[in-house]
Amino acid sequence: MNRIKVVNGNEAAALAVKMSSPDVIAAYPITPQSQLVEYLGQYVADDELDASMSEVESEHSAMSILQGASLAGGRTFTATSSQGLALMYEPYFRTPTLRLPVVMAIVNREMISPQTVWGGPQDSLTLRDAGWIQIYVESNQEIFDAIVQAFRIAEDEDILLPVNVCYDGFYLSHLTEPIELPPADDVAEFLPPYEPDHILLDPDDVMSVDPLTPGHLLMEYRRRHMEAQQRALQVIPQVDEEYAGLTGRSWGGLTYSYRMQDAEVALVTLGSMTGAARVAVDNLRDEGRKVGLLKIRVLRPFPATEVLCALQDKRAYAVIDRNVSFGWGSGILHTEVRAALSGKNIPSLNYIGGLGGEDLTVQMLQDAINELVQLDCEAVDAPCRWLHNPQRSGDR
Amino acid sequence: MRASAQVSAYLKDDDLPVFWCSGCGNGIILNSIMRAFNAMQLPPNEIVVVTGIGCWGKADDYLLTNSLHGTHGRALAFATGVKAANPDLTVLALMGDGDCATIGGNHFLHAARRNIDVTAVVSNNFNYGMTGGQYSATTPADSYTSTSVYGNPEGEFDLCEVGVAARAGFVARSTVYHVTLLQNLLQKAISHEGFSMLEVHSSCPVYFGRYNQMNDPVQMMKWWESRAVPQKRYEQLSEDERAEKVPVGVLHEEPRPDFSSRYRKIQEVAQRRARDSK
Repeated sequence: MNRIKVVNGNEAAALAVKMSSPDVIAAYPITPQSQLVEYLGQYVADDELDASMSEVESEHSAMSILQGASLAGGRTFTATSSQGLALMYEPYFRTPTLRLPVVMAIVNREMISPQTVWGGPQDSLTLRDAGWIQIYVESNQEIFDAIVQAFRIAEDEDILLPVNVCYDGFYLSHLTEPIELPPADDVAEFLPPYEPDHILLDPDDVMSVDPLTPGHLLMEYRRRHMEAQQRALQVIPQVDEEYAGLTGRSWGGLTYSYRMQDAEVALVTLGSMTGAARVAVDNLRDEGRKVGLLKIRVLRPFPATEVLCALQDKRAYAVIDRNVSFGWGSGILHTEVRAALSGKNIPSLNYIGGLGGEDLTVQMLQDAINELVQLDCEAVDAPCRWLHNPQRSGDR
Repeated sequence: MRASAQVSAYLKDDDLPVFWCSGCGNGIILNSIMRAFNAMQLPPNEIVVVTGIGCWGKADDYLLTNSLHGTHGRALAFATGVKAANPDLTVLALMGDGDCATIGGNHFLHAARRNIDVTAVVSNNFNYGMTGGQYSATTPADSYTSTSVYGNPEGEFDLCEVGVAARAGFVARSTVYHVTLLQNLLQKAISHEGFSMLEVHSSCPVYFGRYNQMNDPVQMMKWWESRAVPQKRYEQLSEDERAEKVPVGVLHEEPRPDFSSRYRKIQEVAQRRARDSK
């Protein structure tokens, strides 16, 4: 029997971790992730989760501990945000290059400076090329589902890479929604025990992990790592489909399309803004605008083929970025989507907004769609446009 | 809100009331710092206050001195840079137990060892207040926090002992109950040439207190009053009597040349050699 539980995003994540039965959890508290660590601490203390849980002295230590635990054969989990992720950069890069299937939730928060604690996925997006699989989700239900799926994807013998499940700080972490919980036995069946043999510190089969490696071998590691990322483009949709068989819920695998079939123009979104974008699309559909929505669910590996297929017959598209790509004069998602459409001469707009926890309202997205509909084809290289909340622009 | 004449030169009162919870000890420490500045007649423009992250990391919001709000645990690293570039400045690093003892522990050890002339003021409330009361490296073993709901399985640091072991030249402790002592120790710490640290046991009735049967600010104050014993008297106590007590006052003082003056000397020697060899 499925159960409905009303939880915030951090609790949804913690419940998914509990059902996924990790052996070792190590974490350091940081806003807005802290509650997640507290929930896990409570489950372990109450004996609802049989795991070794360490609240360590820093995020750098957290990821390093998980490397050791994963090398010793354990299933591992951690979570962080923003500055914590930045501090973790050294072991962050090393975890996928050691091919360790760690799962880490990133509760997205802006990077400083200026000082801020509010939401924005700049933290994880900036690290998109460090070798992890990155999944961005839009609701508390998807947080739960994606974390369970993440263990399965990470530990798949064709993949063996760590996975980030990224969700917007405060908008999801502290937002309360009902979620449906599958029976624990179903999840246990969906997630067979992790039994590594590719890299393992095993008393019966001694291994020297990561000695100094010459360049030609390092290149071979990189090539295989890239191939594993590309294989994930097949594995992630398969896992999502199998999960749908279990729970009745599919998240579209790599991307999610909404009212795209006969759409002439499209919005492209990432993360929690997708909810508002769906409402904006519905409202303008009611006014007769032929508009659709494409959510990028998996950023790494980048679903270039799916993005191309979804957008190649559109007259124009607009990418909404809650982040910046310094030096490109645009947001990160826009550069990614345009790269996938590099052979097509389709006009696009890029909107940057919602930084530092600012709201991305339905009205802003409707305005964006209206601009998009009227877009002149000459405007392919239009500079990015900034979405400001008129009620907030008066402040300083 | 109007500030008293003792602190008005240092207090940015347009941001009052303070952001801290009622019963928090941070306001007492901040006030003592400003009164110490005033007693020492330090011009606000010649002071740099560096903070970390956490409740105490917000202290710079209320100061008219130069200030640098840092990142978690790194206040002493930024302060070292400031002092190295301009040794004439009076530099304070304000840290919580998360900053100083936990995520930034390494900086604490090396600032003390290097003997950079910075004063570390550590507001130790035995937990991470800002993120909701998780345990830190000073949370006493077996006590309760939001991540140790049945007791802390880890042991704690005595920060002053760590400071002495790391060769800090001046190590002192007070509590937010002992306000006169607190101000006196601050003045001594700031006057000390070389690295100085003052640990202040501070009240967090909202988290640490609430989890440990002291959710009333007055209870926390009584706890500080009952625990604190002057260093000299503490030394005369038996092992059993010491268990519930904490020594306060100047715990360690050992003058040795600070980093900047040693660095200057080495510079002079090197420059002389370079001149002689020409």
